[in-house]
Amino acid sequence: MDWNDRGLVIGVRRLGETSVILEAMTERHGRHLGVVRGGRSRAMQPTLQLGNSLELIWRARLEEHIGVFAVEADDLRAGRLMASQMALQGLHWLSALLRLLPERDPHARLYAMADALAAHLDNPNVAPELMVRFEMAVLADLGFGLDIASCAVSGSCDELAYVSPKSGRAVGRAAGAPWADRLLPLPAFLSNGVDAGAVSDADVEAGLRLTWHFLRRDLFGPRGLESLVAVREIFAREVRRALENQR
Amino acid sequence: MAERVAGPEIERLIQLLARLPGLGPRSARRAALHLIRKREELLGPLADALAVARAKIVICSTCGNIDTSDPCNLCRDSRRDGSTLVVVETVADLWALERAGATRGRYHILGGVLSPLDGVGPKDLNLAHLPTRVRDDGVREVILAVNATVDGQTTAHYIVDLLSGLDVKVTRLAHGVPVGGELDYLDEGTLSAALRQRTAV
Repeated sequence: MDWNDRGLVIGVRRLGETSVILEAMTERHGRHLGVVRGGRSRAMQPTLQLGNSLELIWRARLEEHIGVFAVEADDLRAGRLMASQMALQGLHWLSALLRLLPERDPHARLYAMADALAAHLDNPNVAPELMVRFEMAVLADLGFGLDIASCAVSGSCDELAYVSPKSGRAVGRAAGAPWADRLLPLPAFLSNGVDAGAVSDADVEAGLRLTWHFLRRDLFGPRGLESLVAVREIFAREVRRALENQR
Repeated sequence: MAERVAGPEIERLIQLLARLPGLGPRSARRAALHLIRKREELLGPLADALAVARAKIVICSTCGNIDTSDPCNLCRDSRRDGSTLVVVETVADLWALERAGATRGRYHILGGVLSPLDGVGPKDLNLAHLPTRVRDDGVREVILAVNATVDGQTTAHYIVDLLSGLDVKVTRLAHGVPVGGELDYLDEGTLSAALRQRTAV
């Protein structure tokens, strides 16, 4: 058995003294594990850092085996991202989200979004919006997608301003006004397409609050992954700090 | 099943040696045979040294170093520069820096790095009394000598935040071209870090 694919490093675990088990989010083969022989060598360690994009060849005698990866660097972005606290926390969070996916289940759209997000995690103008969109996509792929195409009350597609924290459905500005304090604000970039980089700080805050509510309620809480809550909170804090520093 | 060729005591010795880094079952067998052959010159003194080390080794309550006294030799050495504190991940890193002789500062050993995905948080590291130490010992510069890995740098950023309210300069090791390194073989991350941190000559 063998295949080749592109992959994003989302985890590395030691295996013996010289090898590692690489966990990668691949384009066509989903979240996939494999042994990298010599993965702990000085030459391989820069390549096997979280967030790096790799060309992978996977080989195994049987499909159910863990198999062995042959690894070649594609985009070694981890070194650049290390300079930014926001980017580092974003990398941890991105990896934690991808680890929620079942193994070997292809999610090509999530891979593409994760790869683009990892490449821009040190840019506070685009990273928060990309993260919110990515979190929405993770929720959708795991069966907890939000329905923000039309108003749950009126059916209208115009002036969508809120999301119900219970049903995850969008609510229009007029229909939701009486319950505004109990609804989650829907950021403009999710309702009516704002140019990348033109997203307001308030929209970023609303987006992070929106997805976090559903991620925690539907994915992290039921799976007992509360220890990862801090990672998301630090990421959100660093986003705010990076946006403040830009002003 | 193959018959045992040695008694249980020797088999136990081989099994324990095989747990050491760099040794597999076959090399452990060779090492055990070598020790047995040199019983008087090597096996006896080694056993004595291991017993003494086991009895005397303590973790320094000040810096986290391994030594046979608490505080450790480095913390007791009055010739060291108390105004500089070098934060390292492990004792192996401290030994590497001491081999290089690049600093006369004091050390603080974290005992690992933050790794949220592996469940290693700040409470699992020797971080709690770092701010107190910096404040009480009159430290003017904290050098973050952690590895240039994602987890190492996450830890570095955390420490920067932890010390942000204190009147202390926090620096970190430069990332760049190693001695003998060829640019053609360096990864892009190291190259761009080296370019960003270039110095005037």
